[in-house]
Amino acid sequence: MLSFVAQRVVKGVIVLLAIVVLNFFLIRLAPGDPAVVMAGEAGASDQVFVQQLREKFGLDKPLPEQLFIYVKGIATLDLGFSFRQQAPVSKLILERLPATLLLTLTAFAISLALGVLFGTFAARFAGTFLDTAITVFALIFYAMPIFWVALMGILLFSVTVDWLPSFGYETVGANLTGFAHVVDVAKHLIMPAMTLGLFFMATYTRMTRASMLEVKRLDFVKTARAKGLSDAVIQRRHVLRNALLPVVTLAGVHAGTLIGGAVITETVFAWPGIGRLMYDALLQRDYNLLLGVFVTCSVMVLIFNLITDLVYRLVDPRIEFAA
Amino acid sequence: MTQFWKSMLKSPSGVIGLFILLLAISVAVFGPLLFPNSPWRMVQRPFLPPFTLSTVPLGTDALGRDVFAGMIFGARVSLLVGLVSTLVALVVGVPIGAMAGYFGGKVDDALMRFTEFFQTIPSFALAIVLVAILQPSIYSIVASIAVVSWPPVARLVRGEVLSLRTREYVQAAVVTGQSNTWIILREILPNALSPVIVLASLMVATAILLESSLSFLGLGDPNLISWGYMVGAGRTVIRQAWWITVFPGVAILISVLGLNLIGEGLNDALNPRLSREGR
Repeated sequence: MLSFVAQRVVKGVIVLLAIVVLNFFLIRLAPGDPAVVMAGEAGASDQVFVQQLREKFGLDKPLPEQLFIYVKGIATLDLGFSFRQQAPVSKLILERLPATLLLTLTAFAISLALGVLFGTFAARFAGTFLDTAITVFALIFYAMPIFWVALMGILLFSVTVDWLPSFGYETVGANLTGFAHVVDVAKHLIMPAMTLGLFFMATYTRMTRASMLEVKRLDFVKTARAKGLSDAVIQRRHVLRNALLPVVTLAGVHAGTLIGGAVITETVFAWPGIGRLMYDALLQRDYNLLLGVFVTCSVMVLIFNLITDLVYRLVDPRIEFAA
Repeated sequence: MTQFWKSMLKSPSGVIGLFILLLAISVAVFGPLLFPNSPWRMVQRPFLPPFTLSTVPLGTDALGRDVFAGMIFGARVSLLVGLVSTLVALVVGVPIGAMAGYFGGKVDDALMRFTEFFQTIPSFALAIVLVAILQPSIYSIVASIAVVSWPPVARLVRGEVLSLRTREYVQAAVVTGQSNTWIILREILPNALSPVIVLASLMVATAILLESSLSFLGLGDPNLISWGYMVGAGRTVIRQAWWITVFPGVAILISVLGLNLIGEGLNDALNPRLSREGR
């Protein structure tokens, strides 16, 4: 188990290193001389200042050395400086990270729980009206762009009926504390989390349904039935447990999509996470910040993949931890 | 081929999907000829509600531009970007997967590590970064969507080629001294085609969603109107004018739904064994 984790971590670090190198070259693809761009972002552009910036960030050194400095910087959590926001990139990201984690994890939990539930129902009542209804809704949710779902949510729940707040993380200026504050944040969280979760809920519904129908016909289910186990026990302990394996795999594959969706959701709902930060960086063409958020997103995906790998091995005891 | 169409037309999702796709294509091709209203020109007062004037059936946006005209011209951009970026992704992914599966060993290892690397990177975030850095244009959008969507193709083709290359007819081609390129192109790939076609139809749907999301964030081609751009532009005035965001979104939903249904229909038609098992 430990050697498996160590092996996966080493692999993750190699991938991360490759992403950092990619990032380094992406920065250099950005239009204009980085020093001039930085000077422009800082609001000054005389030659002396540009030269100073070049020396400060080692832009006058040969490319391999620059790459080394960049990698070393990231290893010490130094993602560069955002001139637009006048703050270190890593500080900006760390401030915003908790909000994004809250949003993505809530959305993930909701989508997985509801998706498995609906998928199980559809498979249990396969061929009936309930099954058709669930399948059709899943198809539609699967095809809706996230930004549009977000706006339709606002239109319905904030504009038409004033039930939920349409933007932000908490009520501005309310200065709530304790339980009242938790309720306030939860109210702000419902719509973004549902918006982000809807697409994934549809995917998990479809996957659970298909996978349960497939497992249902396998021999061990017949054996269980022959042993005289009740239908509920067979569904829960034998069919669902096996049917969940591909769903877990899918959840791992979706980590990147989930974070991409968070960028859109946070933008629409003005949710103060790193997705919104990425949008702001985009609007201001703040490349340092943009790429810093990009690296952070990649790290989050790597960690999430590692966790799903572990969960997969816990759900399926047939897979051993040794490679 | 007739067999294929027969089974395609037997699957309800395939029929509905085909119908939607044909509709979307005809709107994209002929629409702009029938409705010459430029989507960029002011045609009426701003915020004209829908269903009030027959010349501007879906109302106008904040600048008095025709929403209906925007949707028709937007169909071109969405479908074009969806199709072309999928083609580019296939052009990248199929050879990589074919080489990995055919040559095996170190080539396979190297190519698959490369593919996995691209699969690990959060795709939408990478697409945003690429378009922002290359500057928004239809080319950078197509390129970045292709960059983030080729890995599944490579993996799928690799798997197919891996199982096909040990077949006897391929071995026979090897024995008769055919070149590797000839064997891959003429013997193996044609037989690996059906799952790739299914995947491609789903990829077009994903590409349309990606393009609309990029345009929504303001990363669309500034010279072309697109559905995502329209929703993004209507976002700030949603409280006064719901129709500016609702209609283009419905257009995206229907096209993506249609392509997903076609994917299901194709799957039923091309892998009849699988679909029967699924029931």
